[in-house]
Amino acid sequence: MKVALFVTCLVDLFRPSVGHATIKLLKQANCDVVVPSGQTCCGQPAYNNGDRVNAQRIARQVIDAFDIYDYVVAPSGSCTGMIKRHYPGLLTDDPQYTARAAQLAERCYELTSFLVDIIGLTIEDVSFNKSVTYHDSCSCQRELNIKTQPRQLLKSIGGLRLNEMQGTEECCGFGGTFCVKYDELSATMVDNKVDNIQQSGADILLAADMGCLMNIAGRLKRRDLPVKVYHIAEVLAGMAKDDGIGGV
Amino acid sequence: MESTAHNFLRNTHKALNDRGLQSALKNARRGFVDKRRNAVDALPEFEALRQTAIDIKSHSLLNLDQYLIQFEQQVQASGGQVHWAETPTQATQIVTDLCRSVNAEKITKGKTMVGEEIGLNDALIESGMQPVETDLGEYIIQLAEEPPSHIIAPAVHKSRQQIADLFHEHHAPLGFKQPLEDPQAIVNEARTILRNEYVTADVGITGANLLIAETGSTVLVTNEGNGDLTASLPRMHIVVASIEKVVPTMEDAAVILRLLARSATGQEITAYTTFFTGPRREADLDGPEQFHVVLVDNHRSEMLGNQYRDMLRCIHCGACLNHCPIYSAIGGHAYGWVYPGPMGAVLTPLMAGLKEGSHLPQASTFCGRCEEVCPLSIPLPGLLREHRFQIHAQKISTSQSRWALALWAFVARHPNLYRWLTRIGIGLLSRIAGKHKKFRRLPFASAWTNQRDFPAPQGPTFMSSIRSANAKSDKDS
Repeated sequence: MKVALFVTCLVDLFRPSVGHATIKLLKQANCDVVVPSGQTCCGQPAYNNGDRVNAQRIARQVIDAFDIYDYVVAPSGSCTGMIKRHYPGLLTDDPQYTARAAQLAERCYELTSFLVDIIGLTIEDVSFNKSVTYHDSCSCQRELNIKTQPRQLLKSIGGLRLNEMQGTEECCGFGGTFCVKYDELSATMVDNKVDNIQQSGADILLAADMGCLMNIAGRLKRRDLPVKVYHIAEVLAGMAKDDGIGGV
Repeated sequence: MESTAHNFLRNTHKALNDRGLQSALKNARRGFVDKRRNAVDALPEFEALRQTAIDIKSHSLLNLDQYLIQFEQQVQASGGQVHWAETPTQATQIVTDLCRSVNAEKITKGKTMVGEEIGLNDALIESGMQPVETDLGEYIIQLAEEPPSHIIAPAVHKSRQQIADLFHEHHAPLGFKQPLEDPQAIVNEARTILRNEYVTADVGITGANLLIAETGSTVLVTNEGNGDLTASLPRMHIVVASIEKVVPTMEDAAVILRLLARSATGQEITAYTTFFTGPRREADLDGPEQFHVVLVDNHRSEMLGNQYRDMLRCIHCGACLNHCPIYSAIGGHAYGWVYPGPMGAVLTPLMAGLKEGSHLPQASTFCGRCEEVCPLSIPLPGLLREHRFQIHAQKISTSQSRWALALWAFVARHPNLYRWLTRIGIGLLSRIAGKHKKFRRLPFASAWTNQRDFPAPQGPTFMSSIRSANAKSDKDS
């Protein structure tokens, strides 16, 4: 089974270990992993800032680079949501790409959902003796209906205790360029999230989206809180060994 | 009302630093969310009902002309009159003319958001008449000379103490000298004062939650019964309603009412649900001598034919406001015009102008909770994104941001260039960060670092590390 990794721009630039962890997990699942070199970004910055033309151009580029594989997997709900839920609508007026966009949408999966729903992977011999709390990204929950899959995977990690926080379904306030355009509003939202994380008593925050993770980690560090932050793939692959996103 | 939507950033700053507002919002938020959750959970057929309601509204909108004409005929058949207003000015002119025709001085009003939209109170005052709001929330903000901050809870931004102070200030001259603490006493005082207004009013104006084509009825839901007294005691009842409120039958109205109360306040049904059909008939003990319905378009027939049509399914329950993290953070006034929250962020640019309201659709993370809880499943984030397409296309966004976007897109469309630039940029950033895994300040990302630390890149980019690993394995083999 040939699986193409769409690594996502934030993982590529800021947290390559998430990409390596994803490859490790996919190999454990007996996938033949390929990293297509034509990839840069899924186009959300253009799409969400109103630039439909450039969003369409980037969508075509992603389709060209990825549509020959059995599956496309991304360690991000937001980029997967873009490909799965938004590419088909974005390219409805382009006869050359309409069908290809729909096919790619069908074969594209967020990592935890791919591992659980498609592979049925059970993780063995990984332990992480910490109490963690899990933030559900908006795109995972509401665009892709992913909520149980990451929790099911975390259950098989030895020693890991999951302390659910209040309001795990609430937005962290990232929202792409929203967090810099409306930084005060965004800070209020991420503060609510950070308060909930603190109240959960967990030592570790996990999520499946780098945007949320960088935003929450940034605010946690600004408030000098000792919670460490990792992408869920790093924990599942037994690779959460450094000080996490944003350090300590 | 005068829009301040263009001042959204300033409004936001003010709201976030208003302690009284913040505590009122915090109290309101959980109540609405939990009550709706319980009401929806207790109704197994909620999802099925939702689909039926979507079908009803979609069908009604597709045949809106036909149902509006049928509605008019039925209103006339029951002895009432329908007036058509394309613009807010026409609508207020019709209402003030009707009021003048009976030499009205005092006018009681039920809560009507369309009334806010057309600036009805100001028009009545300018014509020398005295409008008196009878919904408790509306009455409070009328005393405070403020617009509503929520479409179903207009005074949700006010604390009990603020209301008590306001009452003391305005009611003491009327003989109510005792300052109040207890909510029940506050309500009773308002009730005593309003009773007198009902019986002395010449005209009563209400809104409508629904219009029913087959019977010519207008439907009004309240929890205070103020709508009924407003409608039935004065000589003339005027209903002000927007055109998309019409549904074909009583059964259709019942479906929407079941969704409305649950989504709005978490009630199975509101305390009062009234169907008004025509003026007082011969055998009736009460009721107005004249019954008028003013149908307001105000850009809705344009929306019917463009990409915003789904917005016309809105039944004004307020669930999108109650579940919106932006609304929860800043309240309704910061939005700057009549309608706040996600529905307001769609409507304001359409009614007050895209340039005026351009911040509202941009101030969203597209978190999607609004669409999730909307009883009519209106694709609110999609409609907000549609506004963003227009803002970009009409060059309303700053040229600086458009240039930055174009530059980024150019690089993103050239993978080799992207690889080269990101390798250099990320290499530089991670070298500057050194052992520190974060930046406290970054010159080109101050909007980020004003609020949070910026996590430093781990090291070389993923794509360059993969490339060197591949090169190495090629060499090894």
